Amino acid sequence: AMAAAAAAPGPGSGPGDSPEGPEAEGPERRRKAHGMLKLYYGLSEGEAAGRPSGPDPLDPTDLNGAHFDPEVYLDKLRRECPLAQLMDSETDMVRQIRALDSDMQTLVYENYNKFISATDTIRKMKNDFRKMEDEMDRLATNMAVITDFSARISATLQDRHERITKLAGVHALLRKLQFLFELPSRLTKCVELGAYGQAVRYQGRARAVLQQYQHLPSFRAIQDDCQVITARLAQQLRQRFREGGSGAPEQAECVELLLALGEPAEELCEEFLAHARGRLEEELRSLEAELGPSPPAPDVLEFTDHGGSGFVGGLCQVAAAYQELFAAQGPAGADKLAAFARELGSRYFALVERRLAQEQGSGDNSLLVRALDRFAATEIVERVARERLGHHLQGLQAAFLGSLTDVRQALAAPRIAGKEGPGLAELLANVASSILSHIKASLASVHLFTAKEVSFSNKPYFRGEFCSQGVRESLIVGFIRSMCQTAQSFCDSPGEKGGATPPALLLLLSRLCLDYETATISYILTLTDEQFLVQDQSPVTPVSTLCAEARETARRLLTHYVKVQGLVISQMLRKSVETRDWLSTLEPRNVRAVMKRVVEDTTAIDVQVGLLYEEGVRKAQSSDSSKRTFSVYSSSRQQGRYAPSYTPSAPMDTNLLSNIQKLFSERIDVFSPVEFNKVSVLTGIIKISLKTLLECVRLRTFGRFGLQQVQVDCHFLQLYLWRFVADEELVHLLLDEVVASAALRCPDPVPMEPSVVEVICERG
Amino acid sequence: MEDDAPVIYGLEFQARALTPQTAETDAIRFLVGTQSLKYDNQIHVIDFDDENNIINKNVLLHQVGEIWHISASPSDKGVLATCYNKTADSKVVTCAAVWRMPLELEPGGQDSPEDAASPAHTLELLCHLEPAARGSTACVAWEPAGDGKRVISLADNHILLWDLQESSSQAMLASSASLEGKGQLKFTTGRWSPHHNCSQVATANDTAIRGWDTRTMSQIYCIESAHGQLVRDLDFNPNKQYYLASCGDDCKVKFWDTRNVAEPVKTLEEHSHWVWNVRYNHSHDQLVLTGSSDSRVILSNMVSISSEPFGHLVDDDDLSDQEERRLEEKSQEPPQDSVIATYEEHEDSVYAVDWSSADPWLFASLSYDGRLVINRVPRALKYHILL
Repeated sequence: AMAAAAAAPGPGSGPGDSPEGPEAEGPERRRKAHGMLKLYYGLSEGEAAGRPSGPDPLDPTDLNGAHFDPEVYLDKLRRECPLAQLMDSETDMVRQIRALDSDMQTLVYENYNKFISATDTIRKMKNDFRKMEDEMDRLATNMAVITDFSARISATLQDRHERITKLAGVHALLRKLQFLFELPSRLTKCVELGAYGQAVRYQGRARAVLQQYQHLPSFRAIQDDCQVITARLAQQLRQRFREGGSGAPEQAECVELLLALGEPAEELCEEFLAHARGRLEEELRSLEAELGPSPPAPDVLEFTDHGGSGFVGGLCQVAAAYQELFAAQGPAGADKLAAFARELGSRYFALVERRLAQEQGSGDNSLLVRALDRFAATEIVERVARERLGHHLQGLQAAFLGSLTDVRQALAAPRIAGKEGPGLAELLANVASSILSHIKASLASVHLFTAKEVSFSNKPYFRGEFCSQGVRESLIVGFIRSMCQTAQSFCDSPGEKGGATPPALLLLLSRLCLDYETATISYILTLTDEQFLVQDQSPVTPVSTLCAEARETARRLLTHYVKVQGLVISQMLRKSVETRDWLSTLEPRNVRAVMKRVVEDTTAIDVQVGLLYEEGVRKAQSSDSSKRTFSVYSSSRQQGRYAPSYTPSAPMDTNLLSNIQKLFSERIDVFSPVEFNKVSVLTGIIKISLKTLLECVRLRTFGRFGLQQVQVDCHFLQLYLWRFVADEELVHLLLDEVVASAALRCPDPVPMEPSVVEVICERG
Repeated sequence: MEDDAPVIYGLEFQARALTPQTAETDAIRFLVGTQSLKYDNQIHVIDFDDENNIINKNVLLHQVGEIWHISASPSDKGVLATCYNKTADSKVVTCAAVWRMPLELEPGGQDSPEDAASPAHTLELLCHLEPAARGSTACVAWEPAGDGKRVISLADNHILLWDLQESSSQAMLASSASLEGKGQLKFTTGRWSPHHNCSQVATANDTAIRGWDTRTMSQIYCIESAHGQLVRDLDFNPNKQYYLASCGDDCKVKFWDTRNVAEPVKTLEEHSHWVWNVRYNHSHDQLVLTGSSDSRVILSNMVSISSEPFGHLVDDDDLSDQEERRLEEKSQEPPQDSVIATYEEHEDSVYAVDWSSADPWLFASLSYDGRLVINRVPRALKYHILL
């Protein structure tokens, strides 16, 4: 009993609701019933069980839990609690049970009272209903009596009523007839008075009747009269319509009346449109006249105003009237109007665009923008804006090419003058600043499109797409891209031999692109984003992508510069090796002039590159590299390192082979990518040149003095070239290899004394 | 992949000249000519035993001078031609001659008893290809499909067509043509086209490539400035008659359609120094081999301009639907040109590469330090092409 009481969901369970005795049913059923009750009272299972404080609703020792097991609980109490506590809990339990019992009693009483009073109420209702039934019966009999009376009255009045109806009918007919007979005269009068509307209404009313009774002679006469008058009326209307001078609304009225008169609608709408065309074309002609063959006198603002009020207004009126009048014509009529409007509209737009195109060439954006502002057609405004962007892009590109031309001229000029012209750094600064100022000017000019006082700047196109796709993407990003492309095109130019592009220009462009990568691009884009608060969410080219492109361009340009300069020096060296007769050459007394030239040119390149690029990192090296001499035949080199796969059979120059082995222990990439610094550039150029020297030497055969000459030349190069490169060991290796190869290509290799070589070189 | 490892053979001397023994179609055999100014030069006949991965060599003495170019007769295994330097009166002249190898070396010849006493055999001179006006011969090219009777030699600015008679012991100058122009024009290399009934030869001088008709000895086409710098080598596509590959000092390899020489069909720029040699594979012309003085050999897959652009043709009927679909997807991928492999076994400039005439999947490369490397096309690719 304790369990049942504890698990009872609450005080709401009345006696009527729980008819099942707990003893009779199994615990399962009981729980289910409780569940349903809880459901009824809107308590969730967890709430009901967990409310007291039970952390675990399944705990069988929880008094208020759904899974309370008295045996377990008692067991637990008995086992865990001392006697005093047991006593306490017993008294507590008894107290609780008592409280619950009294609660339950109260509830039972209350509900019982309510039940008693409900029974009383139902009994009273039963009585009342009986009374009402009697009264309803009486009402029914009364109603029957009333119906009877009413039927009798209407039967009495029937006869008279019929006669009245007939008389009324005759009267109406007579009035109609009178109207008909009077119709011709009325019509005439109306026509005379010019009340065409009234006349048409009369005619419309009578037409059907006359049509129906035309077989009666008298009606026929009336009809004939009417037709004559109507024809006259129609004629007059048409005349008025054709005269046309009285403006669109009156014309519309005429057409409306004519339509009501049953004139053929198709013909009318043709005529209507023809009329409208006449008028509108006149407008167009006047506009065209303003355009004129010669430059237009009125400014573009006036032009669009004129066009807007005259032509567009007229066209709108015509369209509105037409739609009102010829709505019944269905789609065919609408098509006709559409064709009409399209034709005239396109002619108008063509005119406007011609006018705007005339404006395109001139630079004044503000006037154009204001003119566009007056001009409402969004499509055209957008198109013009786009064209404007294209125009600016072209302008920027032209400016870039122009500044490049300036640079070319500046590069070509000072040589003739013999004086130092503007330095490369200065030229670079000039180009950069001129491009930047052009970009800024373009941005400012384009910015007018989005100015607050211009009404179309509020359109979504100008707030979103124009800013992001138009200005940012197609103008700025487009320009930077095209700049990179233009610059790259110098690398791909067919002039590989010699090269049509002056190397200095390549160098300058490379530096320009690199500057763009490091700073300018992000500056320009920030500027753009600030000026054109981009609200559009469409993806834009990120700065990093653009920077990467610029860097790639700079790298390619610099690599190309290295190739071109390397080629120039290579060609010199190659010619010097190929054209000389190395077998019968004399004992070397001097360094050959071409080597001096090579050093001079390299120095010049070094200076040139130094103007634009930083020094770069050099590999730390021993200090007295210039003192090094060539040890072609020095015995210090050991043979042991050579490849074991060798099949030694014939005698060979073992130390030479080991030389070669050593040389290529670190592979030299001759045309390797360059870094953005002077040393790397110079290293690249020198590598290319020396490798060429090596390959050329290997193709020749040398006499003893030829070999010695090579020795001298290489030592000279060694003396002067090491300072330019990142790793001077590289120069050593390559030059060593050149001398070694020359020795190999010499049937009588007697090298010169290193001291003599040094003396010759120092003297040279 | 043990057998994909390269096989390396070392010569004692510097070397530039390499050729497969063209007439030999069973054994893998290469001929290498050495360059030494001090000692007798040699021709190494190198046999590669594919199964055991072993190299067998025979050395032939070539005493007349250092060898700059070597080419083997396409019909007679024993016959070869060399261009060699002769130093006389403190002048260097490059001559050309046709030689016969000693009989016992010839494959298919009778097994002769091992003659240990004379390890080096000597070449038998058949004839000299001496031009009337003395010039330096840059290269000798055999008529590819002929009976080994016709040879082209390029001497300075002359192109000379020879008829070899009496089992090649006599060379008759059949016809010749000269390159006229300002400056000293000099042919650097030439190649005989296997197409058009062997009536076309391509030559290179400086940056230009010229095509010649051997019947009239007249120029057919000319690619001025084919390369930015000197053109080093040419090769004809063995399967596509108008396709020509060239390479040069601008580090580029270019592919030309000789019918339209305004632009190259394709340009490769993989090497970092002059490209000295370009060779089409004799059977699968998408495989192109290049050797360069950056010490690298590069094998490229030029699928897009090859005669078998989609790899292989399979009878789709034999395949189940699924396979077919997958195959279709595959075949719809556009052919991709790519570098198959870069071989870095050399430590000096590679001046010659060539395919074996016997095994289409095998090639040799020769660097200046005398190192000969034999490599194979990667297996995966080989099966991809074959299957």
